[in-house]
Amino acid sequence: MANKVARVLTIGLIYPELLGTYGDGGNALVLAERARRRNVNAEIINVGIDDEVPGASIYLLGGGEDGPQRLGADLLRRSSFSSRVRDGGYVLAVCAGLQILGTSFAVEGDDEFEGLGLVDIKTHRGESRSVGDLLVRRNGRLLVGFENHGGRTTLGPGVEALGTVERGRGNDGAVDGFATSTLWASYAHGPVLAMNPWFADEVLERVLGLELEPLATVADQLYEERRALLAR
Amino acid sequence: MPSGSSFRDDIARRAVVTVNFLSRLTSRGGGTVVGGRVGLALAPELLADLAHRRDVILVSGTNGKTTTSAMIAAGWGGAVATNDTGSNMPAGLVAALVASKSHSAVLEVDESWLPDVTQATGARTITLLNLSRDQLDRANEVRRIADRWRALLANARESQVIANANDPLVVYAAELATSVAWCDVPTPWTTDAVSCPHCTQPLHFTESSWWCDCGFAKPNNIATTLRDNLVVRGTPLALDLKLPGAFNQANAAMALTALSLVGVDLALAVARVNALTSVAGRYSVRRWRSHRFRLLLAKNPAGFAAMLLTLERDGSNVWVAINARVADGHDPSWLYDVPFELLRGHRVFCFGDRRLDLATRLEYANVDYVVVNDDSSIPVSAVPVALLANYTAFQEWRTRSRAC
Repeated sequence: MANKVARVLTIGLIYPELLGTYGDGGNALVLAERARRRNVNAEIINVGIDDEVPGASIYLLGGGEDGPQRLGADLLRRSSFSSRVRDGGYVLAVCAGLQILGTSFAVEGDDEFEGLGLVDIKTHRGESRSVGDLLVRRNGRLLVGFENHGGRTTLGPGVEALGTVERGRGNDGAVDGFATSTLWASYAHGPVLAMNPWFADEVLERVLGLELEPLATVADQLYEERRALLAR
Repeated sequence: MPSGSSFRDDIARRAVVTVNFLSRLTSRGGGTVVGGRVGLALAPELLADLAHRRDVILVSGTNGKTTTSAMIAAGWGGAVATNDTGSNMPAGLVAALVASKSHSAVLEVDESWLPDVTQATGARTITLLNLSRDQLDRANEVRRIADRWRALLANARESQVIANANDPLVVYAAELATSVAWCDVPTPWTTDAVSCPHCTQPLHFTESSWWCDCGFAKPNNIATTLRDNLVVRGTPLALDLKLPGAFNQANAAMALTALSLVGVDLALAVARVNALTSVAGRYSVRRWRSHRFRLLLAKNPAGFAAMLLTLERDGSNVWVAINARVADGHDPSWLYDVPFELLRGHRVFCFGDRRLDLATRLEYANVDYVVVNDDSSIPVSAVPVALLANYTAFQEWRTRSRAC
């Protein structure tokens, strides 16, 4: 691989105290490790609730319970996060994080709570929670994960989904999440990048602007096992 | 007792004993829950009837229920009715109360069932250990459980509550109760209570306290303190546990507080609790083939972190077994909330249905691991290895092995 790579990957893990219900911090770890093993220096910055949002190569937004999700959205609204994202900052968001990026979402006590409005999507409260395995087809590949949320998300005109749902609910039973040139969002919560090494590398390659060599790890076996099980 | 209900309950009670006996005979399960289910179907008020006129202490919380209940049972002295198999939903409670006529009863109760069980048993002593994330795909959100506890305790005017003052979600749940013995015990895991349960603003934490700008704060009127020494409701006690870990000291402090409230002599109680060496098969050394291990239950991030901290940094082999069946929760995402980095320097053998999830977690933590697909090839260690297992994996390994 190109040994002239000297870039540093900085991963801003946003409010892990609030948005980290399901091991979502694992996504930061996976990005950092997969970068390091390609000789890219990587650093995870835990952005706490009392911290300024720093510059970073990519921000991660995780899942959270209703109260913390609302607090997280409020704190982000007062921060530099949105302007950094509008200026081209990359974001990977799962579950509550996905909802926060949109124009509005439903939480306990507030049926329509204002999101950051970075993407034209709206989330309403669904009739029942969606809990279980999630299988999404993205550009011909399968993404495996687990979802646990009560939201029904509608994409505005021109907003592309991350992929089509083959098992589980995702946004609405048909598609899951959304993707733009700088944002990825999915209802597959927790360590979705750990279970889907190819998706981790898609994100890494885009953020680093590099083509990466394949990296064989036990995560490939995990992915094959889950994919075979879920696609059955 | 009115003859109608008594007759029906009597049949139900016999049905429980019979079904449990048959269940054990045919080795389908441990022989506690099956019988209890039949009993509940036969007599909805069975639990209430069985608990009638007993001194009942309930124990609930995410972590430490079984151990704290065992400490209360041991510390009480004599015969105590208790669900020491860990079957902590109504069926298991019925089975435990049928099995023992003892006047004293201590029951560990699943967090979601605590309101129903409190009402059914009329229990007046309720011990609330902690609340953190556990099996969220089944129980949803810990804050909802805190809300349900709060509604329960606001109305249970005759109840005496023993509650952890360092867990904001527990304080939120218990603060409306008429009588609370607050316990100031070490509680490292507060990640699930970063935002105020009242106003959602961030909570502030210092070494010895916590508060919110809205006024919600750690209670002042502390009954029991565990720092360098243990003082239970004004009485200093010499705590010298055989069970490992700081978390077990906190469990003991709360168990002894509960016992003092039902009038047990604390000097005797602490001596009995100190002597405990094993709880429901946990901590004890067991044998399987030519291997020996200490079987440790660790079923969620807080419990796992506490258990990892008890391991010696000696480079020994460690076995970890992870399942994700119904009783475990189907989603093992929580593995990423466990500080497995603590196992660097050890070699970890990965067992269980979800051993590849575990191996991937360890891979990214840069911990040396082996995925055990063939269990005949595992090296035998000179000293017993630590085997950390989550709920159903723990049950499997307990069944598979025998006490040394």
